[in-house]
Amino acid sequence: MFRPLLALLRRDLTLALRRPQDALTVVGFFVVVVALFPLGIGPDPEFLRSLAPGVLWVAALLAVMLSLERLFSDDYRDGTLEQMLLVPEPLGLLVLTKIFAHWLITGLPLVLISPLLAVQLNLRPDEIVMLMLALLLGTPILSLIGAIGAALTLGLRGGGVLIALLILPLYAPPLILGAGAVDAVMHGASAQAHLSLLGAMMVFALFATPWATAAAVRIMLD
Amino acid sequence: MSERGIQWFRFTAPANFYDLAGRLIPWFAALTIALFAAGLYLGLVVAPPDYQQGDSYRIIYIHVPTAWMGMFLYVLMAIYAAIGLIWRIKMAEVMAKAIAPTGALFTFLALWTGALWGRPTWGVYWVWDARLTSMLLLLFLYLGYMALHAAIDDRQRASNASAVLAMVGVVNVPIIYFSVHWWNTLHQGASITVTDAPTMAMIMFVTLMIMVLAAWMYSIAVVLARARVELLERERNARWVQERLEGGKT
Repeated sequence: MFRPLLALLRRDLTLALRRPQDALTVVGFFVVVVALFPLGIGPDPEFLRSLAPGVLWVAALLAVMLSLERLFSDDYRDGTLEQMLLVPEPLGLLVLTKIFAHWLITGLPLVLISPLLAVQLNLRPDEIVMLMLALLLGTPILSLIGAIGAALTLGLRGGGVLIALLILPLYAPPLILGAGAVDAVMHGASAQAHLSLLGAMMVFALFATPWATAAAVRIMLD
Repeated sequence: MSERGIQWFRFTAPANFYDLAGRLIPWFAALTIALFAAGLYLGLVVAPPDYQQGDSYRIIYIHVPTAWMGMFLYVLMAIYAAIGLIWRIKMAEVMAKAIAPTGALFTFLALWTGALWGRPTWGVYWVWDARLTSMLLLLFLYLGYMALHAAIDDRQRASNASAVLAMVGVVNVPIIYFSVHWWNTLHQGASITVTDAPTMAMIMFVTLMIMVLAAWMYSIAVVLARARVELLERERNARWVQERLEGGKT
């Protein structure tokens, strides 16, 4: 049963590696957005530091959102997605595999590049570790929830803008918890509760969103 | 299926629903006007001013009903959407779509009146209070639902896709509410909220309930009217539409 899923994962990763500019654009967007904030706010290091968790999280969230359109659109255009409906494996698992591949291509690089930007915004080492941990737990949630929006806007005019309206309100909880975790460490409090809730949210999203996404894909390909 | 069940399902047939709604709307509209008139008279003239907030508290007679309706209609919309998606009942799809604009309107009014109330009470139009923030996100959820519905040309697909969104949204509403609440208490002390008034004068309570009922009646009348129009559009090639429109009985 897992062999087809592994094949799908390998295929998606291979496709992404053959066109690395797609993934790099997302990382580039993340870096540029974060770099723009000091220009707008002013260079005061302490002030930037206090804004850093929110700025980094919002930028990461927008970067993930920007990449969502590509999650299904290529497969939709060349008919691969339609073939996936005919495969004996449950569509939910196939979708989950695609989301996992998507996270490896876009979410993980964001986590890995985040310390560099955090240093620019004067975060301390323990805060940076917490930021990475929170992003590591949070970016999969963003990909999982976002997949529903990506599926619902398949083949629509102006789908990219529509995804933002559909998905961003749903991103509020991970944003609050993720930025809150870094904030807590910054103020010398424990971030245990934030991380626990983020983890719980990820498990719930892992369980529920692939099926909602699969239902959406079925509807849009109907 | 019992006899009562059959009676009930009669109105899932578009033609029957259309006629029933046409007969009910005038009644609900009349009730709306009567209740609003009574509620506004009691609220603006009869009810005494609040000893702390003076006359500015009177906006709760609009604010509280709209806020309740805004939240409740989202749940109702999601329930109808789910029924439409799962059992393929066309009327439920129509109802879900018809509820969305009214719910969005009420949510917007709740935010608007909240801002107007906040200015004299808190000194600012907007604070990032947990309630305000989650209502704002609720408004975005409504707008997303309507935007998705409008973006898909095929009616059936539009109904199904936005039904999935409504269901995802309704699961998220409590999560959003609690996380926003938690975020708020982390960042600042709890603000004064409307519902903190523990002892409410009887006349105020009665007036508030009348206004809530008025908002209910208004919602029912408007949603039914919108559902009728939507039905005519959907079923424009059906015979029952031709019959009713030609007979001049709309």
